[in-house]
Order: sequence, then C-alpha cells, then structure tokens
Amino acid sequence: MLANANRMTPYLFLAPAVLVMAVALLYPIGYMIWASFLDWSPSQRIGEAEFVGLRNYGNLLGDAAFHESFWVTLRFAALVVGIEMVLGVGLALLLDRELRGMTVLRTVFILPMMIAPIVVGLMWRYMYHPTVGTFNRTLSDLGLPTVPWLSDGDWAFASVVIADIWQWTPFIFILALAALQSLPRSAMEAARIDGASGWQLIWHIKLPLMMPVLIVTALLRLIDAFKVLEVILVMTNGGPGLSTEILALRISRTASEFQQLGYAAAMSNVLLILLLILTLAMFGYTKVQELRAARIRAAEEEA
Amino acid sequence: MPQIVFEGVEKSFGTTRVLPPLDLTLDDGEFTVLVGPSGCGKSTTLRILAGLETLSGGEITFDGRPIGHLEPKERDIAMVFQDYALYPHMNVARNMSFALRLSRIPKAEIETRVHKAASMLNIDHLLDRKPAELSGGQRQRVAMGRALVRDAATFLFDEPLSNLDAKLRARMRTELAEMRDTIDKNMIYVTHDQVEAMTLGDRIVVMKDGRIQQQGTAEELFARPVNRFVAGFIGAPTMNILPARLYRDAEVLRVRGEGFDLPLTPAQDAALRAAGLEGAVEIGIRPSSFTTDPAGGAPIEMTVSVAEYLGAQSVLNTRVGPHEVLAEVASTRRLRSGERATFHVAPDDIMIFDPESGERIAT
Repeated sequence: MLANANRMTPYLFLAPAVLVMAVALLYPIGYMIWASFLDWSPSQRIGEAEFVGLRNYGNLLGDAAFHESFWVTLRFAALVVGIEMVLGVGLALLLDRELRGMTVLRTVFILPMMIAPIVVGLMWRYMYHPTVGTFNRTLSDLGLPTVPWLSDGDWAFASVVIADIWQWTPFIFILALAALQSLPRSAMEAARIDGASGWQLIWHIKLPLMMPVLIVTALLRLIDAFKVLEVILVMTNGGPGLSTEILALRISRTASEFQQLGYAAAMSNVLLILLLILTLAMFGYTKVQELRAARIRAAEEEA
Repeated sequence: MPQIVFEGVEKSFGTTRVLPPLDLTLDDGEFTVLVGPSGCGKSTTLRILAGLETLSGGEITFDGRPIGHLEPKERDIAMVFQDYALYPHMNVARNMSFALRLSRIPKAEIETRVHKAASMLNIDHLLDRKPAELSGGQRQRVAMGRALVRDAATFLFDEPLSNLDAKLRARMRTELAEMRDTIDKNMIYVTHDQVEAMTLGDRIVVMKDGRIQQQGTAEELFARPVNRFVAGFIGAPTMNILPARLYRDAEVLRVRGEGFDLPLTPAQDAALRAAGLEGAVEIGIRPSSFTTDPAGGAPIEMTVSVAEYLGAQSVLNTRVGPHEVLAEVASTRRLRSGERATFHVAPDDIMIFDPESGERIAT
C-alpha cells in the first residue's frame, strides 16, 4: 500500500501542471483542430457550424493567396535567419575580446531584443514614413531620391526584413558570444602555435567548435521567424498587395476580416505542422549530440 | 636549433608583477627543465617564449635575433600543453597534421610524417579516432605527436604529464627521456615535479617567485644546492632542516640543537670561518644520509613515530627532540612506532645554511 502510494507521489505533484497544460494548451489546440473541419463563421456557436470534413484543407491547396503567403513566409524566414546568423556570429567574433567598455557595448547591442514588438513596428513605421521618416528625410537632405520604403512591394519586403534583422541579430550575437567564450582556450593557443592566422583560427577551429550551438540557435530563430506577426502587422499590415503578408497575418485576416474561422484554423494547423517539424528537427539534433556524448563517455570509461 | 637568451625579461599582469627581470641562456640542443612550486613564474616564462604572452620588458633572442615581437607561428616552435589542447572536432591524424596542412606541405609528405611520428609513439591504430574517444595517456601521446611532426627547432612542454596517473606518468617519463636522446632539438620543459626535472633535464633551472634560484645538472643541484629552498625542493623525501648552534669542543667545531649534537669537518670549519658565520645556523641532512651502520658517522638518537615500509628501503618519520625528522634507511629490521634507535650521519653530509639569507655555506 505504502509502496504504491510512493509510486503515485510524483504524479500527484505533476498533476497541477498537467491540469494547467490541458486547459491552457491542449484544449485550445484540440478546439482549433476540430474547428478546421468546420465551416464556421463568428456569428455561429461552434455547435451550429457545419461539418465539412477536409474541405478547408482541400481549398488551401488551390488558394493562390495562401500559396503567396506561404512563399512570403518561407522567403522571409530564410532571409532573416541567414543574414542574422552571419551578422550575429560575425559581431561575436569581432567583439570576443577584452576591451574597455565592452560590457556597456554588449548591453547596448542586446537592447533591440528587449523592446516590445509592437513598439518596434511603430518605431520602424515612423522611420520609414515617406515624407517625415528619418530615412527619407536624410536622403532628401543629401539631395538623393527618396525610397518608397513601405509603399512598393519589393521595398516593403526588404523593409520588414531589415526591421527583423535589427531586432533579432542581438539574440544570435549573445548566444554566439557565449559559445565562443566557452571554447577551450588552450586549443586556440595550440592553433596559433601551429601557425593558424586569425582567419584560419576562425575557419578551422572556432566555427566548427561553435557549430552545435549555432545550429540550435538557427533552428530556434527559424521557428520564431515563422511565427512573426506584430512588427509586420504594425508596419505594413501585409501590404502593399500581398508582398509582406506572412502566414500569421494571413490567418489573422482570414479569421477577422473574411470571417472564416474554420478556414483560418486549417491554415494554423498547416503552420503548426511546419513548426512541429522544425522543433522535432531541433530535438532530433540535440538528441544525436547527446547520444554521441554518451557514446564518447562510455568509450572513455572503457579506456 | 638556436641558442635562446632571455635578457631582462619582465612580465606583469596589470599591476601584479609575475616575472622580475629574468636572465637565462638556453644552449643549443639542450633539454632544459624549469622547475618550481606553482606560481613561481615557470609557465609564464614558457608562454612568453612561445609568444602566447607579450613581454612587459626585456627581450628574447634566438641566436642573437630578437623575437619578442614575433607571432607564435613565426618562432618555429612546437608546444605540448598540460591539458593537451587537442582540437576536439578533428581526428588524431588531422590533429597531428593541422600545422602541416596550414603550411601547405604536399599530402604525401604529410602522410609520411604523421605515420612516422604515430608509430614512434605507438598511436598508429588511433589515427581515425576523435580526441574524446581516447584515454588520457593516448591524448597525451597525440599531443606529443602533434608537436613532433612539426619538426620545429624548439619544443616546449608545459607540465605535460601532470594530468596522468602515477603509473602512466612514470612510463611517459621514461619514453620522454628516450625521445630526448634521439631528437636533437632544443627542449624546454616546465614542471612542478622535481622527479621529472631530475630524470629529464640536461639542465635544471629552479625558480621561485619569478627568480632563478639555481641552475645546473641534477647532480649539482642535489649535491651542492645554493640555498635552503633548492635543498628542500630537490630530492625526495625532502631534506631535514633543523635550527642549531655552532660551538667548539676541544678544537673541534660542532653543531648542537635540541636532541642532537654533531661534529663538523675541518673543511666545514674553514668555510664557516671564511663566511664569518658563528652562533646560530641551520643544518640540512638528507633522509638518505642516515644509516644504521655505526661506522657511518656520528650518532644521533631518534624516536620512530611512523615507519613506512617501502620494500628494500623504509622511510621513517621520527622525532629528534621537538623536531620532525625523516630518515630513509635500508629495511634491515622492522621498527615499531615509539621505538628509540640510534642512527649515524657522516659530518660530510651535513649542509649548513645561513639562517638569515638561507644561503648554503659551500665547502
């Protein structure tokens, strides 16, 4: 009896957390999955909605606007994560040294990350303003032609990419810096004695040793980039046309503007599956790393 | 194989001075060991020589050519680190060939050199392994191999054996000694272990607080230490150092302390007179200078507190008056703790130190 009670104890302690999870996470997700099989408008209660099976998903396949949105999201995520990785890691390599005022500089660098996304969106919208914005005013003061930052499709896409890079490069910078500073110092010294130049040191020693951290960082950022909403919502609201309409925005508009809750739910599920794949890839990668470490430890104990 | 000269080399970290001006000459083809307790500046000296630390003052020359401003890679040195410093993401072969690949040596030659070094160190079968898949001793060999393939003019070793267990350390010490005889290069070896220093060094440089106390062969340091520190540092078990007073009894100079009274030789008498030392002194007697043989010198009474039986020899922890004294004698019979016994020591084997400066009065 007592043994039995002891076995149950951990579950008892876990119960509140499981309950919260069920109510706050599983229930809404289940609700969303169920809704994706319905033709449901906001004026109806969910029970009144018509069950349409996989029709919503079928429609998605032929929906050009959804395809455009999906494509914009992919391009956006790939571009921002790519550029942020290069800039973040580059900055970390540059600033991984002991200079006066380094701590202050590092703090300044990570400030953008701490600003609320809505504020970031507003800030950039004002800076991109066609006549009174910082950029165009500076350009015209210099006698240069102004740029249609948010009113031309290609420029608008570039503008949201720039804002995202500004906000999230610091995230990669601090993780890359932490990775750099935990590298074995003596291996670096050995490489210097072995004749490695600064570039060779980065290429042959530092980057390969940072790689595990960099891969997880990139996956984390990728997951985040797929979900981006607020900054773009505030800056362009997806326009002009569909040029900056990322998936999250498309979903929000489908639900609120077009009043198609079931269809929006189906889109959300597609995004969820995409993110799930990325998350699983990340877990898979860390698992592989752990297994390798375990195998190495086992080999070590044997030796 | 250059002659390496340190001229007034200084090093400070911030306001902390680690090396006062240091002068040292390392001859061509010599195996030099820098030895001393931790914090004595031996590792810093080596790192300055490697170019991993900058000079705060002075200059280092290779055959008269100043090299203080050169990058490590321009100094033609190879180094073995205490933690081996292998590249974790490269296998053994790539670890060993890294420097060669950087200097764009043809593939075939790289392969020959790596295999030659690997077979010399018995690690040929490990070439495909990553460092993490190796034992401590194997990593150590790879680190050596990586230095060997370089064929550099100067080899630096920074406490390379200190992370190994006692048995492995002894074996690697022997192998290093063999390597020293086959490879005709400048080798500079830093250790805190006086046994390593004694077995490996053509020349041993004893350091303390950034200053060179004495340099010479193992025999010189053991037989003629310049001061109390070197005498205590070199030799195991450690030399016994006891406070004593000089006095004269029927024209014979003697030393007396609590629990002992020993005669000195006329040579010692003359040396002391020349040094102008009288009254208080410190005497040093190596544990191995004691013998149970009555013909072995003047008698000294000792009370055994612990007897460590090591086989042919025993190390005795004894008391002489209030002093703890170590003696290493042949294990002719088992001594019990608390037992009182008479040992003998030859007056020749007694070293005398100036109690103020710690200098040994040379005879």
